[in-house]
Amino acid sequence: MLGSGPVLAASSETLKRTPLHDRHAAAGAKLVPFAGWEMPVQYASIREEHRAVRSDVGIFDVSHMGEIETSGPGAEAFLQRILSNDVTKIARDGAQYSVLTREDGGVLDDLFTYKLGDDRFLTVTNAANHVKDLAWFERHSDGFDVTLRDRLHELGMIAVQGPRARALVQELTPEGELPARMRTAHLTVAGAPGTLVAGTGYTGEEGVELLVAAEHAGSVWDALTARGAKPVGLAARDTLRLEVCFHLYGNDLSEERGPIEAGLGWCCKEETAFVGAEAVAEARRAGHAEKLVAFVIDGPGIARQGNPVMGGGEVTSGTLSPSLEVGIGMAYVPQDHVEPGTRMEIDVRGKVRSAVVKSKPLYSKETA
Amino acid sequence: MADASYPDDLKYHPEHDWVRLSDDGTATFGITWFAQEALGELVFFDPPEVGKRVSKDEPYAEVESVKAVSDVIAPLSGEIVEVNGGLGDAPETINDDPYEKGWMVKVRLSDVQEVDALMDAAAYQEILT
Repeated sequence: MLGSGPVLAASSETLKRTPLHDRHAAAGAKLVPFAGWEMPVQYASIREEHRAVRSDVGIFDVSHMGEIETSGPGAEAFLQRILSNDVTKIARDGAQYSVLTREDGGVLDDLFTYKLGDDRFLTVTNAANHVKDLAWFERHSDGFDVTLRDRLHELGMIAVQGPRARALVQELTPEGELPARMRTAHLTVAGAPGTLVAGTGYTGEEGVELLVAAEHAGSVWDALTARGAKPVGLAARDTLRLEVCFHLYGNDLSEERGPIEAGLGWCCKEETAFVGAEAVAEARRAGHAEKLVAFVIDGPGIARQGNPVMGGGEVTSGTLSPSLEVGIGMAYVPQDHVEPGTRMEIDVRGKVRSAVVKSKPLYSKETA
Repeated sequence: MADASYPDDLKYHPEHDWVRLSDDGTATFGITWFAQEALGELVFFDPPEVGKRVSKDEPYAEVESVKAVSDVIAPLSGEIVEVNGGLGDAPETINDDPYEKGWMVKVRLSDVQEVDALMDAAAYQEILT
């Protein structure tokens, strides 16, 4: 065996730890370095963790994700300037997905922004991009009456996902109703006051994400596991999101790709004149050479990130789908190969694997 | 998954392979309990072809877990005479039973003296600690 893969990578003492690190260690999780953090990649079985989320309820420690709070009279105008979506359309207590783009349209990050008040917003960043995003926010805040606050280390973040997720969190929330999908509420959850409950997630299942004061994260986690929620690691988080074709920054999104070719034109409102809007508008008009598609491997084999698509293009995410029991993935391919049903061949470490372009998502409850 | 074990009747290669020697000049290869535990649930075994030559310390097959792919290293040199076809449909057999049902290939050895470089179970467990 070659023991050089990420599963065998040693952890380092310099890695950051989330407020839930001791829970993961006690549960026997396999801890690996991820974007500078020591994170649980799996507890016992990726497939069981995946299935728990599809059929019951799973919980994820996503405290490594960052939070930037933007407040002040200029908060909305400032975010409108840097985020691709129309920030003025976020309802009070609403949530909105957008991308952060460079002037040339390259994607710096993809983010959820929660509106906490008329002039107060919380934006959730990807762990690997948090420092870069903060610098970008600060650099563009000149001339806006805003205060930026890095809340990464104040907040733990727990995603509760699956058909039983909402009922479970409601049990732990004696006062107040959980917010609807794409809405938020501040509630006391499992004794943790002021928890921001958001009707969002990254699995394609019903559920909520809890932004909880770091000192309460452990007790909330314990209350959830005591009621049967299954801890789920980053490995199953990846298989779950890929089945429903949610983008992963660093795989399917990068500074070298724009939101249009990534299929994220729906969250770009160029009329708001955000940084990068002109480049995005031009890409929307002229089109890109390639586009991100979802595919299913036809036969044996599992394509992985970086595998070339024969005739042009590249796989950006690939795994075995635990729900479909087949190799799945997403790839940038030439524009004349993007229609569902188009056949393609992927060079998987020297072996040609046949695949078919599919419409997104690859998995849904209705087709399961 | 089975508990950790390293049978005394096997020889071991430092890349976490085991060898079961037969009297007829053939040997059976597989991966150790440590290897399958480190990789996690295996979801794909890409077998080599019968008749193919394998060289000591060189890859001869691939195994994949949900997250990653790894080469399987040949502990000895020779020619493959049999492949465990059952692993194609049920690669998780390697996790469940790495030393019996999870065997990978049988090889006609080309140089029996290479066996001298392998470790016994006690020496192999030393390198794991």
